[in-house]
Parts: sequence; C-alpha cells; structure tokens
Amino acid sequence: MTIADSPNSSPRLDSKVPGGPMDERWSRHKFDLKLVNPSNRRKFDVIVVGTGLAGGSAAATLAEMGYNVKSFCIHDSPRRAHSIAAQGGINAAKNYKGDGDSVHRLFYDTVKGGDYRSRESNVHRLAEVSVDIIDQCVAQGVPFAREYGGLLDNRSFGGAQVSRTFYARGQTGQQLLLGAYGAMNRMIHAGRIDSYTKREMVDLVVVNGVARGIIVRNLVTGEYERHAAHAVLMCTGGYGNAFFLSTNAKNSNVTAAWRAHKRGAFFANPCYTQIHPTCIPRSGDYQSKLTLMSESLRNDGRVWVPEKEGDPRAPQDIPESERDYYLERKYPSFGNLVPRDVASRNAKTVCDQGRGVGPTGEAVYLDFGDAIRRDGKDAIAARYGNLFEMYERITGDNPYEVPMRIFPAVHYTMGGLWVDYNLESTIPGLFVLGEANFSDHGANRLGASALMQGLADGYFVIPATIASHLAGRQLEAVSTNDDAFKEAEAKARERAEKLLACNGNRSVDSLHRELGNTVWNYCGMERTAEGLQEGIAKVRDLRAEFWSNVKVNGDPNHVNQDLEKAGRVADFMEFAEVMFNDALVRDESCGGHFRAEHQTEEGEARRDDENFAHVSAWEFTEEQKLPTEHREQLTFEEVKLTTRSYK
Amino acid sequence: MIQKKNHGDLRIVLEVWRQNGPGAPGAFEEHEVMANEHMSFLELLDVLNEQLVESGKEPFVFEHDCREGICGSCAMTIDGKPHGPRDRTTACQLHMREYRNGDRVRVEPWRANAFPVVKDLMTDRSAFDRIQQAGGYVSINTGSAPDAHAIPVNKENADMAFDAAACIGCGACVAACPNASAMLFTSAKLSQYTLLPQGQPERDQRALAMVDQMDAEGFGNCTNHYECEAACPKGISVTNIARMNREYARATLRRRN
Repeated sequence: MTIADSPNSSPRLDSKVPGGPMDERWSRHKFDLKLVNPSNRRKFDVIVVGTGLAGGSAAATLAEMGYNVKSFCIHDSPRRAHSIAAQGGINAAKNYKGDGDSVHRLFYDTVKGGDYRSRESNVHRLAEVSVDIIDQCVAQGVPFAREYGGLLDNRSFGGAQVSRTFYARGQTGQQLLLGAYGAMNRMIHAGRIDSYTKREMVDLVVVNGVARGIIVRNLVTGEYERHAAHAVLMCTGGYGNAFFLSTNAKNSNVTAAWRAHKRGAFFANPCYTQIHPTCIPRSGDYQSKLTLMSESLRNDGRVWVPEKEGDPRAPQDIPESERDYYLERKYPSFGNLVPRDVASRNAKTVCDQGRGVGPTGEAVYLDFGDAIRRDGKDAIAARYGNLFEMYERITGDNPYEVPMRIFPAVHYTMGGLWVDYNLESTIPGLFVLGEANFSDHGANRLGASALMQGLADGYFVIPATIASHLAGRQLEAVSTNDDAFKEAEAKARERAEKLLACNGNRSVDSLHRELGNTVWNYCGMERTAEGLQEGIAKVRDLRAEFWSNVKVNGDPNHVNQDLEKAGRVADFMEFAEVMFNDALVRDESCGGHFRAEHQTEEGEARRDDENFAHVSAWEFTEEQKLPTEHREQLTFEEVKLTTRSYK
Repeated sequence: MIQKKNHGDLRIVLEVWRQNGPGAPGAFEEHEVMANEHMSFLELLDVLNEQLVESGKEPFVFEHDCREGICGSCAMTIDGKPHGPRDRTTACQLHMREYRNGDRVRVEPWRANAFPVVKDLMTDRSAFDRIQQAGGYVSINTGSAPDAHAIPVNKENADMAFDAAACIGCGACVAACPNASAMLFTSAKLSQYTLLPQGQPERDQRALAMVDQMDAEGFGNCTNHYECEAACPKGISVTNIARMNREYARATLRRRN
C-alpha cells in the first residue's frame, strides 16, 4: 500500500508515493520504475507544450535520451517563455557556505513555508535534485555570480536563514532559461526536437482514455494543426492573469490547463495564489500589468507607513518617531524578511487602516535611507542598481533619495493540475510540470524555489517517470485522422467562430479587467464566505456579458492577437468560478489563502489541520455545472505540523 | 469615427505602420491618443488598440509579453530609434514622461531583410534562433555534469561572460545597423562561451558554425558604426564583435580540413 492510500483520499487520486524512509524514496522509486530501452526510445513521440524552465529542460533532456520530441510555444522563440522574467535566484541545498544547510533543511523549510499543504515526498525529491540542477546549469555555461576565488556566490533570500540561493545578478530566470534553450537548440540542430513556435494549444486529444495528442492554432496563419504522440507534457505555467493585473507576462494564460481540465484532468487547489509583497503600485486604469521588484530588496530596505492615518506629509518630512516599521515591530526575529504571504497581508492591513501612502493610498514605503547611510550609496547601487533604475523609469522617483512605494501583486500560483508522484495527471499519458502542476509549494511558495521546481521537473523527474507510462502501458497506434482529433479540432474552430460572431460592444481587455477586479476584490489577499459567494455571482454575470457583448475584430486566418486574447479570457472566466469555489470550500486559512473568519487574535492565519490537511482536486462535470471535489489526504511523517511563526 | 478614451492631458499623435504581410505594401496611419506621464509606451498602444476595436477597426499587431524589459518580445522603432529615445530601455519600459503634449511619434517595425514583416509591427526573427541552433550552447547531456565547484571561473571572466549573456535577443542591434548586421547578437553569445572554461572544447567549431549561419541568414557585415551598441537595451558592448572576429580568424587558421 502506498502512503497516500489513506481512507480519506478519493480513489481517483492515487498519489503513487513510494513507501520506505523519506530520503530513500526517490532512488527506490527510480529503481522500481520500468525503463525504456535506449534503442526503443526512438519509437516514442513526446509532445512538450511550453518552453519555460520546465518545458525547455524536459524537451532537451528527453531528446538527449533518444525520444522524438515535438516542442510547442506561443512565442516567436522558445527563449521568450515567462520563466525569463524571474529575477532573484534558485535554491539548492549545496551548503557551499557551510552554514548548516542540507537536503533535509531545504525540504523542511519548503514544507513549512508551504504551510503544510504540500506532499512531503515530492518536496523531499525536489530538495534532493536541487543540487544536481546547479551542477547541470554550471556545466552548460550559465553565468552565475562568483566570488573572487572563482567559486559560486550564494545569498540568503526570501526569508531563508541560510545562504542557499544561486543567482545571476537580477536575471537568474533569463540565464537559466537560456541554458535550457541552448540545450534545446542543440537537440533541434541534431534533428531530435521539432520546434513549433507561435502555436497555441487549444485542446488536448484523449483517445481511449489516454492523452495522445493536441490541437494547436498557428498564431501566424490561423490554421489549426493536429499533433499525435505517445505522451503529452504540459509545461504551461500558472493562472495569475485571472487577476488581469499581475506580474505575469501578458500572454501567460490558463487555456492549455483549462482545456486539459475539461478533458478530465483534475484541477488542484486553485485558490492558492501568491501575492508578492514588493511590486510597483498601479498608477491608473490603463495599467496593463504590474512590475515586480526583486524580493532581495527586503534584505536592506525597511518597510514602513506613517503612524497616523491619512498623513499627508512627504516621507522625508515624517520623523522617525512617527513611522511604523510594522514588520520589524510585529516579527522581531524575521523583521522585513518574513515570507511573502505574511508581508503582503500586513501591507494590506495597514492600507485598510488608512495608513497607505502615495496617490492611491494603496502602497507602503520601502526605505533604503538607513542602508545608504550605513553602507554608502555605492554599495547599495552595486547590489540593487538595476532595480533602482527600473523603479525610476516606471515611477519617475529616485529611490536613492525618496523611499520606494510598493504594494503586493499577484505573482505565482501554487495550485495547478493535480499530478501524482510521477507528475502524471488524472488523464493517463498527460504529465504536468512546473508552475502548471500543484505539487510542491503547498499554500505558499518560498522565494527562489519556482526556478528550482521547474528545472527539477524537467531535467530530473520526468526523464525517469515518463517510462512508467511509455513502458508500462500498451499504446496502440493513433492517427491524426481519428475521430478524437477531428472532434477536438472542430470544437476549437467552433469556439473561435463563436467569439468572432459575437460582434458586441466591449473590448476583450475591458472584460478581462473587470474579471480581474472581481477576482482581486473577492478572492485576493483576504477572503470571506460571503464575499466569495458574491464574487461567484459576479463572475457568472460577467461570463454571460462576455459571450453576449465581446467584440473581436480582424481576420481569423492571419495574426489576430485580439482573437488569441478572447479565447484566453473566455477560459479565465470559467476557471475563476472554480477558484472561488475552492476558496469557499477551504474553510480555513493557510499560506496565501487567508479566510478572514479564521485568524488568530494577532491577525495571523489559523490553519485547521484536522479538517483541511488535504488537497482539493476538482473534476469537470459539464458546462455551467459545479465541478466535483475530490480529496487527497496529506500525511506528514517527517515534519511536525506546527503554527508557522516568524516572530 | 474613433471613440477616444481620456487617460490624461498629454495629447500624442501617433503614426503607426500598417502592413498586412511580408509582401504587402505598407503605410503609416495617423491616430490621436490622450495619455498621461505614468503610462508606458505599450500602454499607449493598448489604449489606441482599444479605441480601434471599439470603433470596429482592426488593432495594430505588436509583439510584447513580459513588459519588464527582459523577454525581448517588444520590437519597434520609435522616431527612428529602435526602442525609442531613452538609453538602455526597451519599448515596454519607455514611459510617456519622455514626451510632451502635442508630440508626433512615429512607430514602425524593425527594418531588415532578415526580419521580414509578419504584420504591422511584428517581424519574423527566427533567424536569431537558427544562429543559436548552429552552436550557441555547450554540448552536455543532462545528468553528466561534475560538481559545480569542480569548475572554478575567474571572477573577471565570469562577469564579462555575464555582461555578454545579458542579451535579450530583441533584434534592436540589427534594426539600428545601416547594414542590418547581426554581429552584436551573434558575438554576445559567442563571447559568453569563449570567456568560460565550459565553452573551450567546442570553441573553434562554435565560432565557425554561428558565423556561417549568421551569413547564411542574409544579415549584413559590420562596418564599425557602433549603432548597435547605442541601441542595445542591455548595453552589450561592441568589444564582443572584435572578440568574435578574433575567434573566427583563429578557428579558420586552426581548421584541420
């Protein structure tokens, strides 16, 4: 019996977590897995959707192993996937600093940081392979920061009390992604990967219960294409743009995941969203996205608001005694470095009290005055120069002279398609990697662990676990002329035609913006049962408004960015309701999910481990109907469930 | 008649390039947008597009994604300068505080034979991918790497390699060059590996393959105008081009066959 076969788990959710001691599970599992003989690998076609860290690393590695890989991305080049925008760094339990780090500590910190809502075995595996990721990336020539002795530099990041974060100035994501892109390019050049750019996955094709292909729309010609394979990997990122304003790239979307969900993949924990505390506040209603400022700023910047409500004075005119450094006051041991969920919620609290700053009152100060006096302007410029420059470009303020204004923004989504220990979804043959799955971060992700997870899944997990499917199942030949492919393509075409035929009065953006406001107001940093119910009603109305009043112009047989957006927003409209429902059913506070009904006297999240130490995974039933909830009970053998305290 | 949205008191007259495909004729179209100083340049185009959509017209196609200056998607020449007037700034990071009320602003796609127009401001930059595919990597299979500290790297070299690796592949260097040369782009990738111990085993072969592919794509040659460096939003230095020339010469002389 596997560990998660607990009586409380749905029989549909077999996590396939191996038994035995935690630190032996992954190696044991790898040994137990079937293998695909090297000479047989060329007989298998694998589709990889998405070319971010997860997709790029998976495509390259599977191709190196000998599989035939078809890679798809919506961009004009695989290098532009949104992983590229990650700034801060990537964690690994190398203990190069000798400050007591270990695989166990990284594992422990990640389970705790996720507020005990992740699967222990998955997290342990993540911590184990973290060290291999760094080796791999360095060998590829990723230019990580180095010390004068020529060895790699590390920093402490995102509330970690050890220095385990590897970084490449403020663009770690870009450098890691270019490493994976290089590895992909090598395989493209060798004819082992067929790369399809400017293709959007618009449906998953399931044949006899197994994922056997995808339908994509060519975003340049408007043509629909059918692609068949023995397995499909979805590495399509998160759903943060349900909020319209987020730090996600504009083209990030939930469509591929949502289409797979409607074909039978369960969606797990959609209410877990991460609101990042250090973003540049919005300035007006034309705002198209929010910009993240690296969390590393909190290493030297001090967060404060005026003591008094509605204080009209400029920050430099407010004396020390009338400033409230609320994080340092409330959390003396972590201070400004508390985890993201805690920092964000506290910013909201002080703004709700009327102590927010700036023209909208929705911002707090991040002040480098003390750091500049202590270390000098040059030292601060060396550390954060590029970030200060970016801030100045966007706001017109000089952060060397006036404190930055920051406010939380949606940044990452911990929920995603449900996967077992092999990263296989509830549809056999469909694997989900990176941010698109739900598995490793629980209810809150720690800084510098998204890059780690994406690369762990792609470089080290899937290359081993995909054999469970390819060698473990009888896979008959399929053709793209099969009915399942025809049906899926017809459906996708019909949907696009319906969007073009609406011919209403409202732009896609205006409807998306309204959806985003609703999601932010009712399912954002603080949620209540009443608000969520109200939000659901609003989302339904808005969905009806969308389908009756959206206006999409232009040619369906050429580049049509409006049509692309419309398809994605239509999916966000459906997805949002599941997100609200999940938040409603999870009647506790944990990590990024804060239900106002469940808080301690000090306003901290109050978990309910007795009733909610489980994953909620939603099964699609039919259009306009509520999905069915399934539960996977989480068991904790290594880490003791305690109240997360950063005081 | 186009319904204007009022987002501020900064009146901008935009002349935007409209072209339906690589072979189709193109022309500038004039539109007026009310902006404010905090708006980004792409938000200005969003507002214009929303006005067009709501008036039943086709919006302009332009590439964009992260809007944080790192993905390299956005690509447009603004008043004759790739990415616009501000140094080391991508179009998405350009803000309207650079402009004054009543300004006329001309927006057009990258102009280069190797980057054919797909539609409006969108060009096909896949030539860059093919240059990278020719050799822009270290050939190492996943799982076969030694411990990361087994390869120490002199910090100065590591920093220079990083400076070169900061290229975002946007293509501004090509658009700025009177010869539409891709030497800054190609040399940046080549330099990253030339400067690192990891890149040494394939050094010669990489230089030859990438340069040959660059030439095959139809990019022009470098005649030392240095417009590329001036236009580069990441400040990639032309010293990389000199390094590439040395590398190419070295590899050619060492070629065994």
